[in-house]
Amino acid sequence: MIEFKNLHKRFGKLTVLDGLDLAIDKGGIFAILGPNGSGKTTLIKCLLGMVIPNKGEILFNDQSVLRKWNYRNNLNYLPQIANFPPNLTVSELIKMVKNLRPKEANESEMIQLFGLEPFLSKKLGNLSGGTKQKVNILLTFMFDSEIIILDEPTTGLDPIALIHLKELIQKEKSKGKTILITTHIMSVVDELADEIVFLLDGKIYFKGSIEALKTQTQNNNLEHAIANLISKQYA
Amino acid sequence: MLKILKYSFYDLMRSRWSYVYFVFYLILGFVLLFLNNDVDKAVITLMNIIIVLTPLIGTIFGVMYYYNSREFTELLLAQPIKRRKIFIGQYLGISISLSLSLVLGLGIPFIAYGLFRSTAIFDFGLLLVVGSFLNFIFVALSYNIALSTENKIKGFGYAILMWLFFAVVYDGVFLISLVLFNDYPLDKFSLITTMLNPIDLSRILILLKLDISALLGYTGAVFRKFFGTNIGMFLSMSVLICWILIPVFTMNKKLKKKDF
Repeated sequence: MIEFKNLHKRFGKLTVLDGLDLAIDKGGIFAILGPNGSGKTTLIKCLLGMVIPNKGEILFNDQSVLRKWNYRNNLNYLPQIANFPPNLTVSELIKMVKNLRPKEANESEMIQLFGLEPFLSKKLGNLSGGTKQKVNILLTFMFDSEIIILDEPTTGLDPIALIHLKELIQKEKSKGKTILITTHIMSVVDELADEIVFLLDGKIYFKGSIEALKTQTQNNNLEHAIANLISKQYA
Repeated sequence: MLKILKYSFYDLMRSRWSYVYFVFYLILGFVLLFLNNDVDKAVITLMNIIIVLTPLIGTIFGVMYYYNSREFTELLLAQPIKRRKIFIGQYLGISISLSLSLVLGLGIPFIAYGLFRSTAIFDFGLLLVVGSFLNFIFVALSYNIALSTENKIKGFGYAILMWLFFAVVYDGVFLISLVLFNDYPLDKFSLITTMLNPIDLSRILILLKLDISALLGYTGAVFRKFFGTNIGMFLSMSVLICWILIPVFTMNKKLKKKDF
């Protein structure tokens, strides 16, 4: 469904992606992992068209996405940092994003799930970090799209919201959606991910199920298995 | 694009700074008109303020808005819209809301003063048009700087330097070169140099509409001959429009290669 072919990206002297090849099939939850600065966010941003690769090709449903924009109607993205225009209210923001996409949205369900009713008429500048993240999640999940991309979705959430988020992700998966997650919280990966994609030195270092990873590293604990992979970089 | 424009505009119109800017012009307009009974003098004082202040405010607002709305811009970039539309929308949102603060802030005191019945209406209208042009020009220039500078502090620095260059340094260099090359015919040179700086061009455009331009002496005569005619007016307006179009064009070019 999504295919990255020989992707290269340099920022000045720093090579972030170095001939990366990756194919992601339809349906399921894919955790994109890797040490800090391994290019997880860059990879995602390449798919979204925010970062322009130096070389390589990205295919979405067998069509190139580079320099195109309408394919993004089939993509929901949750950015890492939630920061919105401070003088707009929450409901105005929701209306604006709905306005930008030629798609139906079911925001009322999400508003209820995350208890956002009391904040709807508040200005975004006055919200706490966690509430902003809830708004962020709402904006991502209110559309029905084939692919959902979550960049560090758990930052700043309280435990209840976190549970709701996990349920939400599972629910989308059961509808046959493809979900990409980057995170540093291994319990989330352990609980949700069907497959792990491990990035190192701008390439895919490992791709496979959690079980396969555990057997390969001879480690029963996911956290240690990942640490094992990362430690090879420092060795 | 219109949707982005609309929301950027809403956001800015509700920001405290837009009100401060608006109230500043409001007070300025009332004070100048009602404490000083000469409309011509009021227009000159206003011109001196507008010509320095609108570029400065446009520059600062432009960079500030770009850097503050960066994360939100990322969210917009992930939506099915063209890049160009997002940024042009934001650019127009800032420029229009700033111009509105200027036009309303000065327009209200002038209407209260009874300007519609006076002959100064054209001078005053020109003042507002030129002020709005300067807004659009300097927001575009500052957006260019912000787009090519990742670092916020550096971006601010470059933007302020750019303003300083057009508002102060350019004139200094111009004057020095006039003195140095005193022996040569300078009328064409000074005409062209004036055209190349939007702040200078705006100043001359307004001054020549006022009676004091008689005091400009010989060079004034050259300018008057040129800018006073319809062709001169038309040409200066086209230069001002170019000053908007070229930065918007380079902004577009930068956007195509930019990583967010």
